[in-house]
Amino acid sequence: MDMVYLTVAIIMGLGAVSAPFSISLLGSKLLETSARQPELAPALQTKFFIIAGLVEALPIIGVGISMYLIFVVA
Amino acid sequence: MAYENPSEYINHHLTNLTYGRHPDLGWKLAESGSEAAEMGFMSIHVDSMMWSIGLGALFLFLFWRAGRKATSDQPGGFQNAIEMILEFIDDTVKQVFHGKTGPLGPIALTIFMWVLLMNSMKLVPVDLVPFTLEQFGVGYQKIAPTTNPNVTLGMATFVLMMVVYYSFKVKGFGFIKELCFTPFNHWLFIPVNLFMELVGLLSKPLSLGLRLFGNMYAGEMIFILIALMFSAGFLLWPLAGGLQFIWAVFHILVVSLQAFIFMVLTVVYIAMAHEDH
Repeated sequence: MDMVYLTVAIIMGLGAVSAPFSISLLGSKLLETSARQPELAPALQTKFFIIAGLVEALPIIGVGISMYLIFVVA
Repeated sequence: MAYENPSEYINHHLTNLTYGRHPDLGWKLAESGSEAAEMGFMSIHVDSMMWSIGLGALFLFLFWRAGRKATSDQPGGFQNAIEMILEFIDDTVKQVFHGKTGPLGPIALTIFMWVLLMNSMKLVPVDLVPFTLEQFGVGYQKIAPTTNPNVTLGMATFVLMMVVYYSFKVKGFGFIKELCFTPFNHWLFIPVNLFMELVGLLSKPLSLGLRLFGNMYAGEMIFILIALMFSAGFLLWPLAGGLQFIWAVFHILVVSLQAFIFMVLTVVYIAMAHEDH
């Protein structure tokens, strides 16, 4: 039954690798564009949060399922 | 109900109050998670239903009262808050959807406020409600409905139904034609087209529902783990209290952000149903 912990580690590990990459890419583009055109900053901010939420979707689903695996299955 | 080991405490806080037909015990409230599992399909999560319907009614009542007492000359604080939310959602919908919005505004408002209210139930301390209800003999209670996959996937399925309804309403039979002929415009490729289009169509509500569930479930799990730290001795209380506060503050962002994303994606999916490729 301890395979569960290995699977959980893999799920969350891969999620934890992918999500920061994309969020940092998003963040850098946001800062860069806001620096170039400060008046667009608020509009970009809301769009940044929407896309950050979308990007976070799969890693968080992974985290949700892996926690379900740990506490309910095992 | 003292808990010997932490995992029993966690399991207790993760099982819903289910009422259903047990194969050999008949209709009853499940006393334990395993009993609830044995009930299988013929059971209903009473707590999620109660909390979600109650919060929906609260939302309707609040906005109804604000609407009825709306005065343009001296608007009260309550009315300003409602107007702020309405304007916020109105211009979001206008940005996304350029056609005649029709009922799309109220749909977006209802989804946003309902999901926001359901998500914000997680900011209530973990043990407050379940412990008080235990005094009245109600064994299990999960107060945040969105930590229940049935609720979020149910809402996502309803969004799928809306998308299909609007597709038929706007494109009529063209919707089927679009499904069959989109990538490769030749009757020979219909199975391939259908497979690709249907996968695309079904993955949207699935990711929509699971995203909300994943965020809220993971957040709830962290709250439960932090609550566990309180039982780990007197020295850890300030640390656990601080951690709980920090996670709650961070979670306010996550709660509203997930409600906003759920609403925006619903509007985007419905808007996509209106345009034809």
